[in-house]
Amino acid sequence: MEEDDEIIGEFLAECYEGLERIEQGLVVLEATPDDTPTLTEVFRILHTIKGTCGFLGFGKLETVAHRGENLLSLLRDSVLEMDGEITDALLATNDAIGVILGSIEASGEEGDQDFSSLIATLETLAARADHVTSGGAAAPAPAETIEVADEPAAEPPADTETDAGVETDVEQVEASDESTDDASLVAEQAEVDTEAAASELVEGVIAEAKADDPSSDRIGDLLVADGVADRTDVEVAAAEQSLGDSRKIGNILVDEGRAERKDVETAASRQRGAADSSIRVDVGVLDTLMNLVGELVLSRNEIVQLTGDDKNEGFVAPAQRLNLITSELQESVMKTRMQPIGTIWNKLPRVVRDLSHQFDKQIRLEMEGKETELDRTILEAVKDPLTHMIRNTVDHGIEDPDVRVAAGKDAEGYLRLSASHEGGQVNIEITDDGGGIDAAKIRKKAVEKGVITAEVAETLPDAAAVNLIFAPGFSTAEKVTGVSGRGVGMDVVRTNIERIGGSVEVKTTVGRGTSFKIKIPLTLAIIPALIVRCDGQRYALPQLSLQELVRLGPNQKIEDVHGAPVYRLRDRLLPIVDLRSQLGADRVDRDDANIVVLHADGRPFGLIVDSIADTEEIVIKPLGRTVSDSEMFSGATVMGDGSVALILDVNGLAASSGVLSSAASVAMEAEEEAEQANSLDTIDGRTVLLVGLADDNRAAILLDQVDRLEEFAPDAIEMSGHRDVVQYRGEVMPLVDLGPSTGRGSGTIGMGQSVSVVVCSIEGQPVGLAVDGILDIVSQPDVRRDGAGDVESVVVEGRLIDLVDAHEIALNSGVLRLESAVPIGAY
Amino acid sequence: MTTEQTAGALLCTFRLADLLFGVDVRDVQEVLRHAEITPVPHAAPAVAGLINLRGQIATTIDLRTRLALDSIELEGGPMHVVVRAAGEPVSLLVDRIGDVLSVDHEDYEPPPVTIDPAVAELIVGTYKLEEELLLVVDVARVVETHVTQGEEAA
Repeated sequence: MEEDDEIIGEFLAECYEGLERIEQGLVVLEATPDDTPTLTEVFRILHTIKGTCGFLGFGKLETVAHRGENLLSLLRDSVLEMDGEITDALLATNDAIGVILGSIEASGEEGDQDFSSLIATLETLAARADHVTSGGAAAPAPAETIEVADEPAAEPPADTETDAGVETDVEQVEASDESTDDASLVAEQAEVDTEAAASELVEGVIAEAKADDPSSDRIGDLLVADGVADRTDVEVAAAEQSLGDSRKIGNILVDEGRAERKDVETAASRQRGAADSSIRVDVGVLDTLMNLVGELVLSRNEIVQLTGDDKNEGFVAPAQRLNLITSELQESVMKTRMQPIGTIWNKLPRVVRDLSHQFDKQIRLEMEGKETELDRTILEAVKDPLTHMIRNTVDHGIEDPDVRVAAGKDAEGYLRLSASHEGGQVNIEITDDGGGIDAAKIRKKAVEKGVITAEVAETLPDAAAVNLIFAPGFSTAEKVTGVSGRGVGMDVVRTNIERIGGSVEVKTTVGRGTSFKIKIPLTLAIIPALIVRCDGQRYALPQLSLQELVRLGPNQKIEDVHGAPVYRLRDRLLPIVDLRSQLGADRVDRDDANIVVLHADGRPFGLIVDSIADTEEIVIKPLGRTVSDSEMFSGATVMGDGSVALILDVNGLAASSGVLSSAASVAMEAEEEAEQANSLDTIDGRTVLLVGLADDNRAAILLDQVDRLEEFAPDAIEMSGHRDVVQYRGEVMPLVDLGPSTGRGSGTIGMGQSVSVVVCSIEGQPVGLAVDGILDIVSQPDVRRDGAGDVESVVVEGRLIDLVDAHEIALNSGVLRLESAVPIGAY
Repeated sequence: MTTEQTAGALLCTFRLADLLFGVDVRDVQEVLRHAEITPVPHAAPAVAGLINLRGQIATTIDLRTRLALDSIELEGGPMHVVVRAAGEPVSLLVDRIGDVLSVDHEDYEPPPVTIDPAVAELIVGTYKLEEELLLVVDVARVVETHVTQGEEAA
């Protein structure tokens, strides 16, 4: 019985693999019907499935597979032409086989689904051949009898040497093809009959048949090709085998002196080649192995920590070796769990094809980075979200062909999937050249659906509005289709991706297309983490959500926006959460603070912790049931010293503290939007910043010299010595009034208004150039040089604007001699 | 676990305050003298925290809190009785570990009706030993802390 299960298990695994290849093949064939190798492969795989299920007594499966194969053989013989209808039918056949396999897997039975309509469709399609080959149906009858009568004994057992027999059938069929097309039909039929007989064969034979990889070459063929055996000898051997000889063909040949043992061995090793270089391993075994390695990593961490204070050198060396080997072992074991992302992408061409047919759209799918590898648990986790996003894109993203043409685009939509490694994570991008996401529409819809209020919608920047597609209960489909737009879409996608520590971002341009960027960790089991301390305990924060660390000096403060704490991080308001308050610990008054800048939902927030300890590779352990309710912790880990630390769930933390739905967060987004409009970061090289000075003067500063732009209230400007200074990021920054210092207009400081300041970093010191206003950024302007050759000007809109050198100004104004680098705390 | 199964079995005994408790010895995985406990914020009050059990994380339940007994500072700290509940190890904090006792079915009686209702559901029954009463703890219920969280917090 157990042996049976094993055979069936292997049969299923092979079939599933085969089905996947057939599916891919069919999608390819639809686009390129002339692709003979693909057609042959698809035919061969289906043929093998059909043959094997005949042995195992799965009659229903065999019937369905056989009808599909029939149709395929007509295609192969060019009797029929591949078209959409045939592809549909063949894909449906594939699906039906999958359904039956599923029920065999679950119950050992074929199940009671009815495929008669599918079979009818397949037969109708195959019957087209009758019209093509005029009146061919009359001839076959006698041929059938001949075929069956001819080889009643030889045929079925011939199948025992894996494909040897089956393929022989095909060859015979092919041989008869040359005479008439009709004969092939007949031969196919004959084959079915013989195979039905074969299904009664003993199990031992099946085991033998399954022993070889059906896709590998037959040993006989290899020997013949090598010229070390005779075709007739091989056939005799095959016949002997069929008469109950349990030896392999190669062995028979050697035993009878028809071939040299070494030749057979060479051929056999070649035959096995692909099959032997990889083996199927139960996933459970790999999981156990991974767990054990996790334990080993922890023990290693403890031992390495112990050797730190050990003077015994005899102990240090083996400990280091252990360290090294453990790391390598960890890497190797992780590799065994890695699978290329192609394994889940392979289903997508079919999905796209079916959907585009359904919606009458034309879509070209391009995939890049198929070989990018990911841990299988992660692959499993992103499979459904990815498929859903692709469906969404085909459904909502890419417009109907007429709309596209009207918009001046190619009627054929373009959908691109790409994957690549970056650091310890994988980036997956889904890009389309469709209609993009209209922020205005999203706003309207979100208000209708009650996701946000009308007031919020008005103030919401576009980027944030687009992100509403991830909000629970949101669906933009004008009409709900069967495919997507049932309101369970993108929020579930995002939840699933975040559950595995990933993130998803969307960028869109109306009329141009949309791009989703998904970042996911390579593996879940062992991750790098930042260890922080809070309330006497250590907590681990996954590095993946970490952006940066900020240490606040005594005079830098957390500010308040409508009761929500924020910190000004480089011009932006960063919403702040105190870990202590989240953990229910006592508040403490701090002179300074450590802010860990994290991101959740693609948006940053700051987490105040007591102190920052270290970074460490941690092994994620699940929490017991009694404590797993908390959304704040995603697990626990054992630290180097053997104690337990909780792993903070960044998204959970953001959600439970409400930091990202706070006023601060909205304000921050508004700023971000404004920032994007300027997009200072993206322009580099010879790009200049245009500033306005008093009396309609202007000046240009090389952007390379500019650190950032600030605005200071008049009362923030103090006097130190004879100079204007401001306190800026823990330092005293001298200000230079750009107008007077360069002889271009009057000053801007001391006019009772807030002052725009261009912060430049000169010899490591910040120097602020006070200007009237920031006008523009011009990339690669025309540069003019005067006679002396040292003063440059730029031409902007026909106006000549002097280029000022921040470095020179700082030197000339003498601010650099000021001891400005003293931290405020020292005063 | 039913009463019948526990009756007449081997019990691993331990003390809390001046009471003697027992759990079925088959439920007990091991006994630890000392383990560093990491508290879990926001967990049920009876959850003392997490311990490292040879690389595995085990939840630790303070049995004193769970059984509505006063918390005290113990000299040398509490001991851990690690039991398996629903497939995962859970450590129960006890004052002191006792012997493994073979109890007689004839000495068995259901728990007294006067027992604190918050605790009643956690006690399967009592064995009348010569000197004192042995209270049998229902392991599966003791570890279900989130169910009775509210009562205990009161």
